[in-house]
Amino acid sequence: MSLEFTSSEMMSITAARALNNDMTCFVGIGLPSEAANLARLTHAPDITLIYESGTLQTRPDVLPLSIGDGELCESALTTVSVPEMFRYWLQGGHISVGFLGTAQIDRFANLNTTLIGDYREPKVRLPGGGGAPEIATNAKEVFITVKHSKRTFVKDVDFVTTVGFGRDGKARDNVPNIGKGPTVVITDLCILKPDPETKELVVTSLHPGVTRDDVIEATGWEIRFADQLDTTPEPTAQELEVLRDLKARTKAHHSGQ
Amino acid sequence: MAEFLSLQDAVSRYISNGDTVAMEGFTHLIPFAAGHEIIRQEKRDLTLIRMTPDLIYDQMIGAGCAKKLIFSWGGNPGVGSLHRLRDAVEKGWPNKLEILEHSHAAMANAYEAGAAGLPLAVLRGYVGSDLPKVNDQIKFIECPFTGERLAAVPSVRPDVAVIHAQRADRKGNVLVEGIIGIQKEAVLAAKRSIVTVEEIVDDLGASVNACVIPSWAITAIAVAPRGSRPSYALGYYDRDNAFYQEWDGIARDRETFQAWLKENVFEKTAEEGAA
Repeated sequence: MSLEFTSSEMMSITAARALNNDMTCFVGIGLPSEAANLARLTHAPDITLIYESGTLQTRPDVLPLSIGDGELCESALTTVSVPEMFRYWLQGGHISVGFLGTAQIDRFANLNTTLIGDYREPKVRLPGGGGAPEIATNAKEVFITVKHSKRTFVKDVDFVTTVGFGRDGKARDNVPNIGKGPTVVITDLCILKPDPETKELVVTSLHPGVTRDDVIEATGWEIRFADQLDTTPEPTAQELEVLRDLKARTKAHHSGQ
Repeated sequence: MAEFLSLQDAVSRYISNGDTVAMEGFTHLIPFAAGHEIIRQEKRDLTLIRMTPDLIYDQMIGAGCAKKLIFSWGGNPGVGSLHRLRDAVEKGWPNKLEILEHSHAAMANAYEAGAAGLPLAVLRGYVGSDLPKVNDQIKFIECPFTGERLAAVPSVRPDVAVIHAQRADRKGNVLVEGIIGIQKEAVLAAKRSIVTVEEIVDDLGASVNACVIPSWAITAIAVAPRGSRPSYALGYYDRDNAFYQEWDGIARDRETFQAWLKENVFEKTAEEGAA
């Protein structure tokens, strides 16, 4: 009777479940946007979604391709300027959750979206920080969703674009007016959370059918598992249906113009 | 009072080689027609400022207009890399490009400080980030009242700001609607400004709190219908998301990019580009 689903669907649905109705979520584009809107269309209809383009409390019918698609503005409660967004709404302390993706993440949940290699002579130049460096410190907590692979999950990121807990796990200690930082990382294999003491990411739940070895294989450091290791609940038929409808609508919308 | 000019005249009169130019529009209302005119007029050695370089700067960098880029997120939104930007940074083609990168929050603050006539912006930012190690324009100061350590960046004060808006009235007052981004701040921070608009109307139809930039705060206005395609103008046309996806293939390769540029920019006039 078990449902068929992909590891990507498992990731999005698990990430969506991390959100609830009472949250004010600053949403990154891509996987976080998919998960946040899935949450809004299923168990969290009143969640407040905010995008850095200035769109406050938006309810898009299709997922935006960019952070500033017209859909976001037209379905928002109101749209403010970009400086107002970052100064009043983010820095002013109104965001409960920053939801981010990344290109690289390390054991202390530092994020790299700047480059691979050396800064002056990069092997691969990535887009850069965007809103993330301040979302990660000014939001009360941060959720991260990213696909699990050895290329992405590295022991130390090449460049700390956006701080998790710093190179030593202590970057937030004694810093005034800073959020808790990453509290959960959701991948297509598992859920990770920072160790309360060391801040190193620890696997707390494996998705159905995923083994410890699968996670070890896909992680660039000696990954630890929680003593109490859970199995993530499977997607429900309703979650899968809503997610698939949303993705189909989105695909038709962006290719049909 | 703003002067009404053709796009060709506005660009040739107010943008010079070596200028610092900020062309804004946060995903929405990106001034593509003006960017293409700058490419056609073969402006060189520009320092380009923009939070999200987007396709417009990818095209201008690939066309050889820029010597330096100040930015905070340099990707093709929802698609991937800006290949011309990467080629310039990684391989120095068609010329070496110096980059100075910030976060969005810092750039938004820097524009606002520029509009406010201040030399610097102060924000609670860059905590734990490596960006201050590679950008010497990011400093930290101590709040004189609380002692809190805060980030400081110089304000943005461009020679020229270029933006696109929905419409101007016959006096040259401009209405910006929808995602208003950082356009008003860019215009007020700059020494000179060029605003392209979809149309000129008798009455802006602006609500009392609308984002209106008065004529006397603008240098030149040029009519450029569909002037932000493939970006969009709320109320006029939608974002051409399919083109943003196609751009990945066009820009990936130097030859296909140059063929695209020849056909769609160099072999068109400002008026044809708009049509």
